[in-house]
Amino acid sequence: MSSTPRSLRRGRPELYSDYAADQAIWNTAAKRWSTGLVLLLALSLPFMLNRDLMGLMALVVVYAISGIGLNLVSGYAGQISLGHAVFMGLGAYTAALLGGSPSSTVRGLELDLLIWLPMAGIVPALIGWLFAPLAARVRGLYLAILTLGLLFVGEHVFKEATWLTGGSGVGRAPAAPSILGFDLYARRTVLGTELSAIGVFYLFALLLLVVMAVLARNVARTRQGRAFSAVRDRDIAAEVMGVPLLRTKRLAFTLSSFYAGIGGALMTIVIGFTTPEKWSLLLSIDFLAVVLIGGAATITGPIIGAAFVVLMPRFIETFAGSLPEWFVSTTVGGGGLLNVFQLQGLLFGVMIVIFLVAEPRGLFGVWIRIRNYFKAWPFSY
Amino acid sequence: MEILLPSIVRGLGIGSTYALLAVGFVVIYRATEVVNFAQPALMILGAYFTSWFVIGLGMPFPVGVIAAMIVMAGIGAVTERVAMRPLVGQPVFSAAMVTVGVFIVLTMVASRLIGPDILTVGDPWGLERVEVGGFAVFQIDLAKIVISLGAISAVGVLLKRSRIGLAMRATSLDQETALAQGVNVGRMFSLAWAMSAGLAALAGMLIGTGAGGIEATTALVALKALPVIIVGGIDSIQGSVVAGLFIGVAESLTRTYQPEYAPWLGANFDVVVPYLILIVGLMVRPYGLFGTPEVQRV
Repeated sequence: MSSTPRSLRRGRPELYSDYAADQAIWNTAAKRWSTGLVLLLALSLPFMLNRDLMGLMALVVVYAISGIGLNLVSGYAGQISLGHAVFMGLGAYTAALLGGSPSSTVRGLELDLLIWLPMAGIVPALIGWLFAPLAARVRGLYLAILTLGLLFVGEHVFKEATWLTGGSGVGRAPAAPSILGFDLYARRTVLGTELSAIGVFYLFALLLLVVMAVLARNVARTRQGRAFSAVRDRDIAAEVMGVPLLRTKRLAFTLSSFYAGIGGALMTIVIGFTTPEKWSLLLSIDFLAVVLIGGAATITGPIIGAAFVVLMPRFIETFAGSLPEWFVSTTVGGGGLLNVFQLQGLLFGVMIVIFLVAEPRGLFGVWIRIRNYFKAWPFSY
Repeated sequence: MEILLPSIVRGLGIGSTYALLAVGFVVIYRATEVVNFAQPALMILGAYFTSWFVIGLGMPFPVGVIAAMIVMAGIGAVTERVAMRPLVGQPVFSAAMVTVGVFIVLTMVASRLIGPDILTVGDPWGLERVEVGGFAVFQIDLAKIVISLGAISAVGVLLKRSRIGLAMRATSLDQETALAQGVNVGRMFSLAWAMSAGLAALAGMLIGTGAGGIEATTALVALKALPVIIVGGIDSIQGSVVAGLFIGVAESLTRTYQPEYAPWLGANFDVVVPYLILIVGLMVRPYGLFGTPEVQRV
C-alpha cells in the first residue's frame, strides 16, 4: 500500500512519502478496517432482517446509487440539477421497455438484465450528454430553474407516452431482474438460510453500489475530478487555467445521468408498479436532500444521506404511535394536530433547513467533527 | 374571433396573476439575490387565510383579502428572520436550498390546514360575464388584470418614490455601502419578504377565484412564475409584467387551439408551455428581456 517502511510509519499514521499513498482511497488503516466492517454488516443484513425491512434497505442502496450520481454533478461539479428525477425515469422506462413483459397497454421486449441494465444507464447518459450544452450556457440558480423546466417537460412526455409508461395514474410493471436465466428476485437459500426475494435483490444492488461508488470515487480523484472541483469553485478561473468548461460540464452531466438511470431502473424493481407521477419535483428534492444531508462532494455522504432520507419516515411512523394522540394521529383522517405523513414532510423540510444553517457539510461533516475531536483528544486542538 | 378574443382575455387574466407572483420573486431577489422557492407555499397559505377570513369568519371580501395579506406578510417576515438571516454571506445556493426546505415545511402546514377539501375564497365575481366591445368575457379575468396590475404598480411606485423604496434599492445595489449610509439592511430583507408574501397572498386569492378553488396541490401553479422571471429578467418588475402577460396568453391560446391543431402533443399540453418558453428564453437571452446581465469577475 505504501512505500514507507512500517517501522517508520508506526505512531505516524499520516506520514506519506509518495503522492499515490496520500491519494489512496483507503489511505489509513482505520479506513480500511471500518470500510470492511460496514461492508460485512451490509452483507449480513438479509440474514437478519425481515422482508419488510429488507425492502427499505434495498431502497437505501438504490437511493445511494442515484445520490452519488447527483453528487457528481451538483456536489463535485457544482451544477445544481433539479432534473435528476427525469433521468431516473428515463433509466427506469428504458429498463422496463427492454426487460419488461408486454401487456395490452405497454410494450416490452423481455430481454436479459445484461442488456437492459447497461442500457438503462447509457440512454439517460446520452440524453444528459445532449442536454449538457444547454446547461453549460447558464450558471447557478439559472441552471436550477432550467432543470426545473426540463423536469416539467419530462413529466409531460412520460404521461403522454402511454405505450412506454402506461400513462398517467396507470403505470406499468418494472423490468424482470433475471441474469442469463438466473432470477435475482426470487427466494434463495444462501449459506443454509432462506433469503427473501428482496433480500437476494438487495445483495445484487449492494454489489452494484460498491462498484459504482468506487468508480465515482476514482473519477473524483483523477484529472477530470479536479476539473469538476475547479469548475464548481470558480468557473471563470478554471477556464482561464485551461479547464474546458463545456467538456467538463458535459462529462459531469453524462456521468450523473448514467448513475441516475441505473438507480431509477433498480428503484422501480424495489417499489414495483410505477406511475409517471413518481418522477416529479418531490423526487428531485429528495435527492438534493440526500446530497445535502449526507454531505456534498463526498461519496460516503450520499450513502449516509440515502439511509437518512429513506429510513427517517419509517422511524417517525414507528414512534408516532407512542406520541400523544392530540399531537399526531396515525391515520389520514385522524383528529390530531398533524397526521404521520404531515409530520414526516415537516421534519424533512426542517432537517434540510437545519443542516444547511448549522452544518453545510452534512452528516459527513458531523462525522469529520467527531473524528477530529478524538484525533486531538485530550487536547481541544 | 369569438374564440380568439375571450381566450386572449383569459390569458391576460392568468398572465397578470403570474406577473404578480413573479414580482414577489423579483422583490426578494433584488434584496437578497436569492430565488425564493418557498413562494408557492406562501401563495397557498395566503389563499387559505383569505378563505378562512371571508368564509370562515364572515368578513367582507376586501377586508378579508387585506387581512390575509397582512397575516402572510407577518409570516414572510418571520420566515426570513428565522430561516434566511443566518445564511447572509453564505453561498446563494445554500440560501436557495433553505427556501426549498421552507417550501416543504409551509406546504405541509398548508396541507394540514386545508385538508382534503377544495376551498373557495368567497369572491364576488363568480362565473359572471360582462360585455366588452361586443364580446362576453369573464368578470373574473378583468378583476385579475386590474387587481394584479394595480398591486404591481403600487409596488413599483413604492420602490421608486418612497424613502423605504430608496433604502431597498440601495440595499440591492450594495449591501455594505447601504449599511454605511445608515440603512437598516436586515430590516430591508424582512420588508422584502413581507412584501413578497403579501403579494403571494393576493395572487393566491386570484388563483382561487372562479370555478377552480384551492387545494393543497394548487401550490405548484406558482412555479409558473419562474419562467416569467427568467423571460422578463430576474431583477426587473417591468419585465415580469411583460413576460407574465406574454406567457399567460401563450398558455391560454395553446389551451384553446392545441387540442384541435396539434393533438399529438398530448392532453394538458398548455401546462408545459411556460416551461418550454423558459428553456427557449434561457437559450436566447439568459438575462431576460429587461434583466441586468450578471458581471463575472475571476
